[in-house]
This record gives sequence, C-alpha cells and structure tokens, in this order.
Amino acid sequence: MPPSNRELFLTYLQIGLTSFGGVNAWARHMLVEKRGWLTEQEYAETLGIGQVLPGPNALNTAIGVGVRFGGAMGALACALGLFAGPMALLAGIAALYDAYGQLPLVRATLTGIAAAAAGMVLGTAIKMGVKLKPTLPLLAVGVAALALALLRAPLPFVVLGLAPFGLAAAWWAFRQGGGRP
Amino acid sequence: MTLLLQILLAFGTLSLLAIGGANAVLPEMHRLVVEVHGWMDDATFSQLFALAQAAPGPNILAASVMGWHIAGPAGMAMATIGMLLPAAILAYGMQGLTHRLRGNTWLKPAQFGLVPLAVGLIAGSGVIMAQAAGTNLLSFVIIGVSTVFVWRTKYSPLWVLAGGGALGLLLL
Repeated sequence: MPPSNRELFLTYLQIGLTSFGGVNAWARHMLVEKRGWLTEQEYAETLGIGQVLPGPNALNTAIGVGVRFGGAMGALACALGLFAGPMALLAGIAALYDAYGQLPLVRATLTGIAAAAAGMVLGTAIKMGVKLKPTLPLLAVGVAALALALLRAPLPFVVLGLAPFGLAAAWWAFRQGGGRP
Repeated sequence: MTLLLQILLAFGTLSLLAIGGANAVLPEMHRLVVEVHGWMDDATFSQLFALAQAAPGPNILAASVMGWHIAGPAGMAMATIGMLLPAAILAYGMQGLTHRLRGNTWLKPAQFGLVPLAVGLIAGSGVIMAQAAGTNLLSFVIIGVSTVFVWRTKYSPLWVLAGGGALGLLLL
C-alpha cells in the first residue's frame, strides 16, 4: 500500500522539524526504519541521484521520493512538507533577530554561536576530506575549489570549470581500482 | 520591487550550484550578499548563517533567513523561491531519466567526482566564516575547539553551537 500524498506531506513535515544538523540521516531513519516505505538500497539510490543532480540535495531527494509514490503532487507534498515547518520557525527567529539582535547579551551569544558554526563547517570539511582518502587528482580538484572559493571566484565558473576534472579523476580512480575508489 | 527582484535573481543563481548542500554555496552567498550587493556586514552574515544551522531543517534555509533580514517576509519568500524553484523543477524533470538510470554504473563515479569539489568549497566556507566570526581572541579559541570537536567526535554539532553561545557570554 503506497503512502498517500497526505501521508507524504505529514512525514516530511516531521522530518523537517526534527532534522537538526542535516536532513539526510533523519530522512533515512523515517522513510526506511519507521515507515518502511523504502528499503535501505532504494533510499541510498534516491539519495545518490539527489546528490548528483544540481541543487540542494535534501530537496532533490524529497522530490525523488515524492515522484516515486505520488507523481507531481507527491513531489509537491514532500517538498512543501520538508520546508514548511522550518520556514515558519525561521521566520520567527529572523523577526526576533531583527528586533533584539543588537542587544549586548544577544550579540555576545550570537558572536559565540557564529564562531562555533565556523568551526563546525571547518571540522566538517576536514572530516569529509580525511574520510574520502582522495587520489592525487581528486585532491587537486578539492584544493583548486578551496583556492578559488577564497579568491572569491564566482561559483558558476568554479563548478563548471572543475566538475569535468572531478568526474574524470573519479572515473580514472574507479578504473584503477576496478570499481572501488 | 527592484530589491525583491534582485534577491530572487541572486539566490536563483545559487540554486543549481548547491552541490553538497548550503555549506558549499556559502562563499558565493557571501560574495553576492556582502560584497556585491552590500545587503549586510560580515558579522550579520555569519550570525544569520549560524542561526539557520542551529534550527532544524535543510541548511539551505540560511538563504531564507537572509532574505528576511534584507527585505522582511517578502524578501524571505523571494530568497526561498529563488533558492529552491530552479533546482526543484530540474529534479522533477530529471526523475524519469534518473529512474531508468538508477543503479547504473555511471552513478557512483559521478557522485564520487563531485565530492572533492564540494569538500573544497565547504573548506572555503569554513575559512570565510572564520574570517567573519574571528573578531577577538575568544572567538578564535571557540573556532579552534569547535573545529577539533566536530572533526574528532561523533557528538551532534548542536553541542558546539550551544557551547559557543555560552562562551560568547564571556564577551559581555
């Protein structure tokens, strides 16, 4: 019995509101373990396609899941569900920021949170880079992306310029490794 | 009207470039929002991004919070639509194709080849964020501790955000 669009919407609403620190792990938990709508393999494939397509991958994956069960309306149900809850919450947060963001107490706290968020992004990059164990050509692509980002090169040129090299390097690594990087 | 249109266009150009989530488009978001348009300063940019990180939901919603700060609810709507709609249309249009190609052999290398690009961009985001947030000795300490914590442990990053906020009170 495939889920109805209403169930899709409500499930993604729940995913959106509970997914602290990244959607994918929560979506997998919900769709595979709690609802049992997708097998582990099906979720991994849908996520993989969502990551290859351009655009936010949480959105792409939600659309993939929605289309699978409910076509265009299913995709709409999942996408709206995913964003409705956090959007409402963030509207409240943004309004509070505009009203109270300049108070010394709030400013001090936010300065600390912003510093922690910077470290969080740096730590994530290091963690991902180490886990990747890149071959030399793949490493070169990563370093080039970092350098261009720091030089404030416009992102369209960075992505279009480096993606072919990344794909070629990955294809090469797979050939060398017989299907495993 | 022109401001809203500018917001729509600025975030619209980011939409199809967000490989690997919000962190990878952060340098470009910073370039457009702070440097090109001058809609906010460095400190505000890093604080709004941090708030979006601390809240649940896709990190890409940092765009929405910035839209609100620039032009209120209408700005939020424009930034969100710009950020999501192009990608959503493309993802929907590609479903038929990707459904047939699912499990195909090209998928793994394609995924794998974009990862180093995304990691490089995320590292760039981290450096730009650190430049924006590192205003005094204490903030550099928070950045360092948080980097090591997220890198070396499996605890939720929310702990470092909470810890950073608490330590920030020492600035008072």
